[in-house]
Amino acid sequence: MAGRTPITDEQKEMYFRMMEEIQAVDFVLVELNLYLDTHPDDQQAVQQYNEYVQRSAALKNRFQSMFGPLYGFGNSYSASPFSWKEAPWPWQV
Amino acid sequence: MWVYEKKLQYPVRVNQCDPRMAKFLMEQYGGADGELAAALRYLNQRYTLPDRVIGIVNDIGTEELAHLEMIATMVYKLTKDATAEQMMEAGLGDHYADHDKALFFHNAAGHPFTAEYFQAKGDPIADLYEDVAAEEKARATYQWLINMTDDPDLQDGLQFLREREVVHSQRFREAVEILKEERDRKKFF
Repeated sequence: MAGRTPITDEQKEMYFRMMEEIQAVDFVLVELNLYLDTHPDDQQAVQQYNEYVQRSAALKNRFQSMFGPLYGFGNSYSASPFSWKEAPWPWQV
Repeated sequence: MWVYEKKLQYPVRVNQCDPRMAKFLMEQYGGADGELAAALRYLNQRYTLPDRVIGIVNDIGTEELAHLEMIATMVYKLTKDATAEQMMEAGLGDHYADHDKALFFHNAAGHPFTAEYFQAKGDPIADLYEDVAAEEKARATYQWLINMTDDPDLQDGLQFLREREVVHSQRFREAVEILKEERDRKKFF
């Protein structure tokens, strides 16, 4: 996993585009999660949830290979030197 | 244990330096019906709730932490380029004297955050009704905040947060109905 801070306009545009895709997919997961907390027997919603788990993971793998880890504490792989600092903090972009 | 994600739940964009609006937004940072109070209320109540509703309270409490980060990002972006003079003009002179541009948990009027803003009653119905009320109050606050800015990007972020309050309120109402149903069912054993 390489990962680097988005610097050029092109990189920034890519960062925001990919980030928004992740935010959109993860929003579906938040909504389904809360819904399923009170409607655990809705099989169709469970199936949709699992589909979006897969989509989210694929988008995040791609994002992280370009901009660095989205997660610390062992939930993402790191390049060497430790690349957790590479992707900007969310309030900085 | 929580897992931190290096992303906001929803994009936060602001068009200009506006410390005056930042001051108002602090109502949702360290105010009675703000995101910190919401997160702490739910994450504290969950320990003594019935199993059937712990999940929804735990998960909404977790989402509130993401909303807290969005509000903080708005306040940070609206103040980061402000001069001392602009902070004073915006009514943030008192804040600046104590904190510079650092964030602090107080409401729009400068009152520091207190745990007295929320309750844990040990009675699931009482707790969940408080949670419904908290969401409705936060929804109203977001509407007042939207009314006070003409920045369409900021309005967009605030509208997202307002909608989340509506969804949370509905989920908490369902949790109340689930508990009532269980209670009534037990009567016939």
